[in-house]
Amino acid sequence: MRKALLLFIVLTTGILFVSRLFYLQVYDTSAAVLSESNAIKKQYEIPQRGRIYDRNGKLLVSNQPSYDLMAIPREVKPFDTLQLCKLLNITKEKLVKQLDKARKYSPRHPSVIVPTMSQGEFAYLGEQMRKYEGFFIQKRSLRDYQVDFGANFLGYIQEVHQGIIDKNPYYTGGDLIGRQGVEQQYEDILRGEKGIKYLQKDRFNRVIGPYKEGALDKEPVEGKNIHLTIDAELQKYGQELMKGKRGGIVAIEPATGEILALITAPNYDPALMVGRERSKNYSLLDQDSIAKPLYDRALLGEYAPGSPFKALTGLIALQEDAMDIDEKVYCHGGMRYGRNRNFGCHHHRSPVSMIDGIAYSCNAYFGTAYLNSINKYNTPQEGITVWENHLKSFGLGDFMGYDLPIGKRGLIPTAKMYNRTYNYPKRRWGAAATLSNSIGQGEVLMTPVQMAHFTATIANRGWYYKPHILKKIEGTDTIPQDFATKKYTTIEPEHYEPIIQGLNDVYNYGTAASLKVPGIEISGKTGTAENFARIDGEKVQLTDHSTFVAFAPRENPKIAIAIFVENGYWGFRYGGRIASLMIEKYINREVTRKDLENWILTHSLEEEYAKPLSGEPFRINY
Amino acid sequence: MGKFSRNVGSFDWVLIVLYLALISIGWINIYSASYDATADSFFSMDNLHSKQLLWILLGFFIISFILFLEAKFFERFSSVIYIASLLSLLLLFIFGKTISGATSWYNLGFMSLQPSEFAKAATALALAKYLSDIQTNIKTIRDQVRALAIIALPALIIIPQPDPGSALVYAAFIFPLYREGLAASYLILGASSITLFVLTLLIGPLYVALAVILIAAFLFYRNRKRRPSKRLYIGITFVACLFAFSVNYIFENIFEQRHRDRFNIVLGKEVDAKSIGYNTQQSEIAIGNGGWFGRGFLEGTQTKGKFVPEQHTDYIFSTVGEEWGFLGSTLVIGLFILLILRIIQLSEKQKNDFSRIYGYSVAGILFIHFVVNIGMVVGLLPTVGIPLPFFSYGGSGLWGFTILLFIFVKLDGNRVNEW
Repeated sequence: MRKALLLFIVLTTGILFVSRLFYLQVYDTSAAVLSESNAIKKQYEIPQRGRIYDRNGKLLVSNQPSYDLMAIPREVKPFDTLQLCKLLNITKEKLVKQLDKARKYSPRHPSVIVPTMSQGEFAYLGEQMRKYEGFFIQKRSLRDYQVDFGANFLGYIQEVHQGIIDKNPYYTGGDLIGRQGVEQQYEDILRGEKGIKYLQKDRFNRVIGPYKEGALDKEPVEGKNIHLTIDAELQKYGQELMKGKRGGIVAIEPATGEILALITAPNYDPALMVGRERSKNYSLLDQDSIAKPLYDRALLGEYAPGSPFKALTGLIALQEDAMDIDEKVYCHGGMRYGRNRNFGCHHHRSPVSMIDGIAYSCNAYFGTAYLNSINKYNTPQEGITVWENHLKSFGLGDFMGYDLPIGKRGLIPTAKMYNRTYNYPKRRWGAAATLSNSIGQGEVLMTPVQMAHFTATIANRGWYYKPHILKKIEGTDTIPQDFATKKYTTIEPEHYEPIIQGLNDVYNYGTAASLKVPGIEISGKTGTAENFARIDGEKVQLTDHSTFVAFAPRENPKIAIAIFVENGYWGFRYGGRIASLMIEKYINREVTRKDLENWILTHSLEEEYAKPLSGEPFRINY
Repeated sequence: MGKFSRNVGSFDWVLIVLYLALISIGWINIYSASYDATADSFFSMDNLHSKQLLWILLGFFIISFILFLEAKFFERFSSVIYIASLLSLLLLFIFGKTISGATSWYNLGFMSLQPSEFAKAATALALAKYLSDIQTNIKTIRDQVRALAIIALPALIIIPQPDPGSALVYAAFIFPLYREGLAASYLILGASSITLFVLTLLIGPLYVALAVILIAAFLFYRNRKRRPSKRLYIGITFVACLFAFSVNYIFENIFEQRHRDRFNIVLGKEVDAKSIGYNTQQSEIAIGNGGWFGRGFLEGTQTKGKFVPEQHTDYIFSTVGEEWGFLGSTLVIGLFILLILRIIQLSEKQKNDFSRIYGYSVAGILFIHFVVNIGMVVGLLPTVGIPLPFFSYGGSGLWGFTILLFIFVKLDGNRVNEW
């Protein structure tokens, strides 16, 4: 016993110590984390963000230096407050408030006192800085917009918020991240990779040298420049034509699926989203709940496509062998169907065949063609499903898969949907119940980009590439595989020719005969879509939307375009005119019909938009 | 010379190898803890690690000297060595040099010498001499008092330097005393006082007193057939309760604030990472940073940033923890335990009482240093500033422990010549 006591105590102590070490070193990992934070300083080097060019190499977005006035509250010594306020052009209260806020956040860590000063503001301050101990200037890089349009697809950059930092370990407080548009879509390419230097600190928080001789350090990788498919000149022109109107224009190069113009109106200058006034400007735009300048109508606006949809109805009828190309349909102000109901139409020559039907935009013809296509099958469900699948082969009724972060599906109704609506099988429904679909009015919904896309597909006679906005990443010569894969529709190529002839005749003798562009053979289709608003709980009809789709030239098409002007009445009036000007601008690079251009530039629809808000009774469609 | 070579084979090579291993590993960690990339050449005497290397080399001369001496020298001259040692401690009050508040050093110009580091070996010799005397019977009160005096004298001189940490080490002599026959009741008394003290600080005197009474009643009831003395039970219970109630008084009035703080940190009552808890917390961070395999030599971020104060001296083990990880620190603990166990094992083999008692003293002293130092560094015991043997930076300490150990190596080597 006497011999064993010390032995026993020594061994027990040994076990106790080893357990304690196990706890500290292996089991409880919090110390290792703490150690990283108190002994290692990470210093980031932010690379230059990639620039953005248009398809012709015109610079759209570059970078500008910006300067933040920072302060480490603990190190701030008494200073001449008034003088500093004068230099910064802020009030004394504001400065005191900012300093208080910084102190509350942390007395030892730098906080931003005045963010994003321009080069000019900084020039004043720079040489005076040494007078203000505890303050320093931090240089940052901000976007510098070379154009005053395109905010909708360019997007902007903003400081990351905590939610992003928590989710993505790449970002730390104060980093900038792309929001909306290509800034968001191609964030990883544009931002590059920030460099990290690990520095060893001592207990006084002084840097005493690189950590591990810099073995873990990373050099920053510059952001890559990108080229967009947008034609800046066309974009700018379209934006000007849309002044005073609401709606969207989308132009696509059919051969490639490249988006040439993506216009939404009203729009705003992207420069509003830069610098000190950003959040104020954003609020102003966001609060405009009537014109909704932040709402991208070209990508998000789901509208009834109207008459341009007749081209698709025709294609399906031909593919389904439901109509002969020369078969004529009589139209005396419409067609009778069901139990003595009339499907109305306007006055035009009668009877009409497929080609005239498109040229005159005859409702009766396409109503018949539609019913024949569906009724060919034993049940309307079957017929609708076939019809739906044809449309889906165009990529309609779903997200387009383009490279911008926002979008809408549109709507192609399904048999299932009608079954639900009509409470099938308790109650039955027939093709006639869905007749409005034939002329693009019923349940069918499309966004302007979808309309431009199906027009491009028709122009190609049955194939397409997914619409996209990225043309090239500098330093690489590939674009995503998805945008370089040809897709085919379920309609045989030979059926497109008569439809295109009809679309061509719209310009020859049809609804857009007066909009011909000398030397360019355009094919297009007007559309006039009824629409309603709810005013004081009552459904009120508003002036029709003016829509138009077109492509040109007829052979080897260079551009397919869709125009949508809210409450513009006849498709011809606004949509047709704008389409004609845009096509001329893009193909000839110059517009000769100055009268037409002038008409559009001087006609505003603001009066029309004010009507439903005026509280007074108003007239529509005149 | 002849004697030395004849004896070489009889020295215990396990002890010598363990010693060499510990001072080598110790030096590597001092090198790391005092590393400064901007410093001059390796051999510049401005570097702590260069100085320590010099102390180690000079230590080898001391070892040779000890091993050359006649084994009987230590027994014969133990009283002289003891008295000289006491004098060296006393003279500090006149000639001592004050470093960070404690007057514990002689200034020799090129180095400072700390006599208390040598007094441990001297006291061990004196105690061994006294206890091994045929006339001494440790079971008598008179001899217990005398033995206590031998131990307490140097401790009492050291306390007012002030260096209570070094004085605490003298508690180590309880181990040889017990081995030689001191009544177990002293150990029980000591152990239960410490337990009562800590318990009272943790849960308050009232609960402790209640617990004491309950335990006493239970023991009395269990032993009732042996007709235990009621008076004895009541007496012990009363004294224990009295002690429990006076703990707060001792803690609040006799202890200084820094002592109280040190206790409170370990008991988890107070965590103040900025002032008093800083050492312990930084030390735990550094050790925790090591993980399984450590950060590697010169790669410890906490060590490089010099976050742990006194890391090359009292907190040297945190460097081991950070740079060599769980495996490295377990190895070091293993080496210490092997060393102590080997000394105990060899002591038991001694045919000569003097050698055995001295061996037990060495084991006890090394053990107390080991427990108190590492216990402090890993945050299990309150902060007490005593060095880790063979590891901590400092010439006096290193030489003190070297002398302490190698006198035993010499005595043990002489075992075969005893007959």
